[in-house]
Amino acid sequence: MATSVPTLDYWAPLVCLIAFVILIAVTYLFRSRGRKQYKKGTAQTEIFLSGEEPPDTEERHIRAYNIYWGFFQGLKRYYDPTIKAHSGIINDYIIWLIALMSITAVILTIVSLT
Amino acid sequence: MDALVIHSPILIIAIPLLAAFLTPLISKASNRARDVLVIAALAFTEFLVIVLAKDIYLTGIHVYTLGASSPIVTIPEQYMVPVRIILEVDAMSIFAGIMSATVCLAGAIYSLSCVREETGKDRFYTLLLLLTVGQLGMEFTGDMFNLFVFLEILSISGAALAAFRTRFADAVEGGFKYMVISSVGALLVLFATGIFYAQYNLLNIAALAQAMQYTMLDKIALTLLVIAFLMKSGGVPLHWWVPDTYTPAPAGVSPMIYSATLACMYALYRICFTLYGVALNAATIGWIVIIAGVLSMFVGVTMALHQSDVKRLMAYHVISQGGYMLLGVGVGLAVLDNPEALATYGREAISGGLFHVINHAFFKGLLLLTGEALFYRLGTRDLNKMGGMARNMKFTCVFFLIGALAISGVPPLNGFASKLMIYEAAYQLNPILTIVAMIVSIITLASFTKVFQSAYTGPALSQYKDVKEVPMSMLIGMGILAGATIFFSLFPSLVVNTIIYPAADALIDQAAYINAVMGGV
Amino acid sequence: MTGSIFNIPFLAVAALVGIALYIIMSQRNLIKLVMGITILESAVNLFLVTLGYRGGGVAPIFTNAPEGIMVLPVPQALTLTSIVIGVAVTALMLSMIVLTYRHTGDIDAEKSRQMKG
Repeated sequence: MATSVPTLDYWAPLVCLIAFVILIAVTYLFRSRGRKQYKKGTAQTEIFLSGEEPPDTEERHIRAYNIYWGFFQGLKRYYDPTIKAHSGIINDYIIWLIALMSITAVILTIVSLT
Repeated sequence: MDALVIHSPILIIAIPLLAAFLTPLISKASNRARDVLVIAALAFTEFLVIVLAKDIYLTGIHVYTLGASSPIVTIPEQYMVPVRIILEVDAMSIFAGIMSATVCLAGAIYSLSCVREETGKDRFYTLLLLLTVGQLGMEFTGDMFNLFVFLEILSISGAALAAFRTRFADAVEGGFKYMVISSVGALLVLFATGIFYAQYNLLNIAALAQAMQYTMLDKIALTLLVIAFLMKSGGVPLHWWVPDTYTPAPAGVSPMIYSATLACMYALYRICFTLYGVALNAATIGWIVIIAGVLSMFVGVTMALHQSDVKRLMAYHVISQGGYMLLGVGVGLAVLDNPEALATYGREAISGGLFHVINHAFFKGLLLLTGEALFYRLGTRDLNKMGGMARNMKFTCVFFLIGALAISGVPPLNGFASKLMIYEAAYQLNPILTIVAMIVSIITLASFTKVFQSAYTGPALSQYKDVKEVPMSMLIGMGILAGATIFFSLFPSLVVNTIIYPAADALIDQAAYINAVMGGV
Repeated sequence: MTGSIFNIPFLAVAALVGIALYIIMSQRNLIKLVMGITILESAVNLFLVTLGYRGGGVAPIFTNAPEGIMVLPVPQALTLTSIVIGVAVTALMLSMIVLTYRHTGDIDAEKSRQMKG
């Protein structure tokens, strides 16, 4: 078992930082070898959708409620009761408190009797 | 200087308290004088905390007896038990104290610019100073009833600050829910204190720890205390108040309410490790804390993924990362009566949990401030309406990236260092804990990718073309926290060896805590 | 603590705590919720004063004290502090209810909530 974890050598932060700096340098090297002969503002820099007109930015930007939709559908049986439980009613909060206190007291009593 | 160190425990509590009562008077004179008073009081408190910390790491536990002939006379002559209120500061208390004092100072500096347009600013600063007093008092006290009093001070000022912007309906609702939850919890803590007094005629934590026989009434008191403090720390299934309170709170106040939550987590650990120690069924209570931690991690992050309100998402992450802290210290608690397991991985687990506490205070504070920056400029917290902000708010985007990578546990940032300690130690208790913790880390990264995509990247929306960067003072506040995050990421072993390992050792060592008060009795 | 299990004040404390928790758990009207919290606070104060009682004791005042044992004074100090804290808490909660009514026109816990999920 490592004594003080942050001294595990190859995760040491300075090494990571140096690796990151080298990666940035390599990326910049790759980007600098691109084509520079293009004219901004003409059709060369527009979005190409097989000849179709691209929609407005308001419709093009994917909104937050669409992201991870598949994840939520897949876990629907977990999400529906959980979201219903977060009802926002203050009385439910206290019911959970009293329920948990009773369960803990019962568990402690049973454990100490055995 | 020696006198300053000896009297610093009470000065750290008294100076913000005095400043809190002077603030309404001085703001009748001028606003500028009041700002200077608040920042000066908090800066001096921070200085005293650091001076006291240095002395504690050199010489051990400090006690301070209120009203005695000399501060270290804990038990008067011809008495067998302490009869006065005693402040007892060991390495764990001063660790929590460093965190509270720093976060409160940073929050106050950020609030200077954030509440400039609000009215009633003198009450705001009074409540802010009282919140500081409540946290520092809870962390330094060695007396059960004093703990209750500071818990109530903390709750009242926290609820009033959360509800400060009364023009928003959800702010008032958040503050009300926090107040109801806190008052029910605090009354149950008072009931448990009454049970202790009825049995042992003692209120002092060290004296109670020495006299503790684990009777049936003590078990009832343990239940009341653990569940009440677990609720105030935001552990599932008692976490329902956390999103409602953190979302509408003003920006400079959110990190401070968060460090108030951490002060209650400190009180939970103090009760479990020091007041009861090896007398309690360590396996049972430890596993209850571990299960609360695992549930917090999972429920917190899956609910966070579903939110479309930026600050509510980050509030759910508070619950989730609190689960990591509960998991780490719970593993240490579960093996408390097994000395060899405690030495190999228990101490490491507790250290991981405590390191995550201080890391999280920084990067969560940073993330909450960036969320409020979006609200300040765009007027909305709804992620469904935002887009393309990285073009307009470049610095906020960079700070958000630092915070998001830190909270997801991506190396080389500090979140990774503390999470690795927790993973490794929890693995040796039960591998399933580590697997759940890693899955939760991945889902954390997923939810912050969601925020990054919807708010920052994407095409430039036409309605936000004229949005500028936030004002300089807010950038300075965010920059301080980002700088602290980066500092902790570059030198993790320095931080762990100086602050965290002494705190974990002080938590495990109940005998030293008792001896500092009871002497040889 | 002398006596049998039928110490009336302790039974009263148990009954008050039960009633108060029932009120807090079931009443949707926010003002009734605050009343429940006040009853819980009174129950805990009664518990604190009762645990200090010694059978046949006199008030713990040294001046011109009659003979006999005195009741414990420390729980009485704790109770005074708790009563004062209770006043502050009740005042804060009631003022927040007034503001909630101004914003939403309703003081039902379910109908006046703005945040859920």
